[in-house]
Amino acid sequence: MIHSLWSPFADNEFMRHALLAGVLVTIVCAVSGVFVVMRGLAFVGDALAHGVLPGIAIAMLIGAPTILGAAVGAGVMMAGVGAVTRRTRLSADTAIGLLFVAMLSLGVIITSRSSAFAGDITRILFGEILGVSTAHLWWQAGVALVVAVIVFVFRRPFLLLCIDHDLAQTSGFHAKRYNTLMLSLIALAVVASFQAVGTLLVFGMLIAPAATAALFTRRLGSMIAVSIAVGTVSTYVGLLLSYHFNYAAGATIVLVATGIFLLALVIRGSEEQFVSSHPSHAAHSHGHSHEGHGH
Amino acid sequence: MEFTLHLHDLAVGYDQHVVLDHIALHANAGDLVVLMGTNGSGKSTLLRTLAGLLEPVAGECMVLDDVAGGQAERIAYLPQHPAALGTLPLRASDVVAMGRYARRGLISRFNNHDRDVVEHSMKRMGVLAFRDKPLHALSGGQQQRVHLAQILAREADVLLLDEPTAGLDAQGRDAVARMVDHERARGCTVVMATHDLVDAEPANTVLLLAHRLVAQGSPSEVLTDENLRATYGFTDRH
Repeated sequence: MIHSLWSPFADNEFMRHALLAGVLVTIVCAVSGVFVVMRGLAFVGDALAHGVLPGIAIAMLIGAPTILGAAVGAGVMMAGVGAVTRRTRLSADTAIGLLFVAMLSLGVIITSRSSAFAGDITRILFGEILGVSTAHLWWQAGVALVVAVIVFVFRRPFLLLCIDHDLAQTSGFHAKRYNTLMLSLIALAVVASFQAVGTLLVFGMLIAPAATAALFTRRLGSMIAVSIAVGTVSTYVGLLLSYHFNYAAGATIVLVATGIFLLALVIRGSEEQFVSSHPSHAAHSHGHSHEGHGH
Repeated sequence: MEFTLHLHDLAVGYDQHVVLDHIALHANAGDLVVLMGTNGSGKSTLLRTLAGLLEPVAGECMVLDDVAGGQAERIAYLPQHPAALGTLPLRASDVVAMGRYARRGLISRFNNHDRDVVEHSMKRMGVLAFRDKPLHALSGGQQQRVHLAQILAREADVLLLDEPTAGLDAQGRDAVARMVDHERARGCTVVMATHDLVDAEPANTVLLLAHRLVAQGSPSEVLTDENLRATYGFTDRH
């Protein structure tokens, strides 16, 4: 019994790589995911995760590195989110939603143009955690370090932004600049993680561990730590289940992570209100009397 | 003579749309300036301009001998509807401590003075007992007090308060009145938007606003039945 808990990793290098890749995804997503949860940026996070698809598809079409394509896609999505939230009188949810389906459709259209993409689209959407190379692990580790340093250095303006855009600005921090930095951080997490868990599933790793941590913690540091712990356990359990029962690895990991969140919610019981009452305020406007004013 | 606030022929608004114009105002250290008027009369727009969140449409707007927003660490601004804190998995004391970020910058560590100021500010606003509570455990009024304690923790030279007593009970309103007195006594200039005549009585200058400046001056000059009728359309004096 004990043997079956560890032997898949001891006996197979690809499983060790997958575990390491999953833990690195967890670290990157937990550190940026806590802000996604605290600021109610889930929809923006989702949009960024899907915005990378056409970038990846175009990169594959022209033979460029997919990570570069994903980064460009995320950049376009971020610029789009920024523009629609500044210029539209529609609610940001509507505008971001439209942008997100447009990018997703564009990605699918590009991939459907060539039969060579047939297998690739599944890989892009759901990842290939069992086929992660050593070079890719190094790249993930580098991104994890960069993301951790950014959050450590800029935690104060980021926390102020979680309360209010104006509070950050009147505290002497350039709110718009830090907002862009925070969105870039989320984009970086998506770009660094999609090869392991896919563009559809990376969003789950961004949200589920951080949301679970939010139920139990009261400080940023402990929220990140609990979030990493939840993500790591999900990765381990998910990989194990996938190995023994032949489930799709990335999807199993994300399902375990969301399962842990639901379990935590039941345990907390009364805390359920936290989720149901969470406003999606921060993506667009923080104020009530100056809607439409540019930030 | 240096003024804490120096506004000359100031026009404020959004995106070149003027909400209020021809505002002239001087205030010194320790002064209380009260802005009164109906919702949408321009109080919040003027306060946001003083906070540096809006560019003046025209005219001069100097705060602490600098352009508005130029000395963020010395100016504290409480918006009309501070963000709901109920969903943040943070402790009340951490939110009050954020009031020190303007002075501490990005990474310099909190010293004993910072910690003392945070504790004292929470004590003054009556929220010290909730220091370790998660924000979602606090009521709306308690959250407003946490916002006010954060403002106090700024140790600012200018306080810009947009309806600070909204949502507070009588005890909370008293705490705000004491806060304003105390801050003025240490030389802080307070600009406050309010609907309550009682808040205006201790002011040095009252501005009655109704998309225009109806009247400006000391409370005894300005708070007349005629002016209040012109501002609100009615008077509750009788």
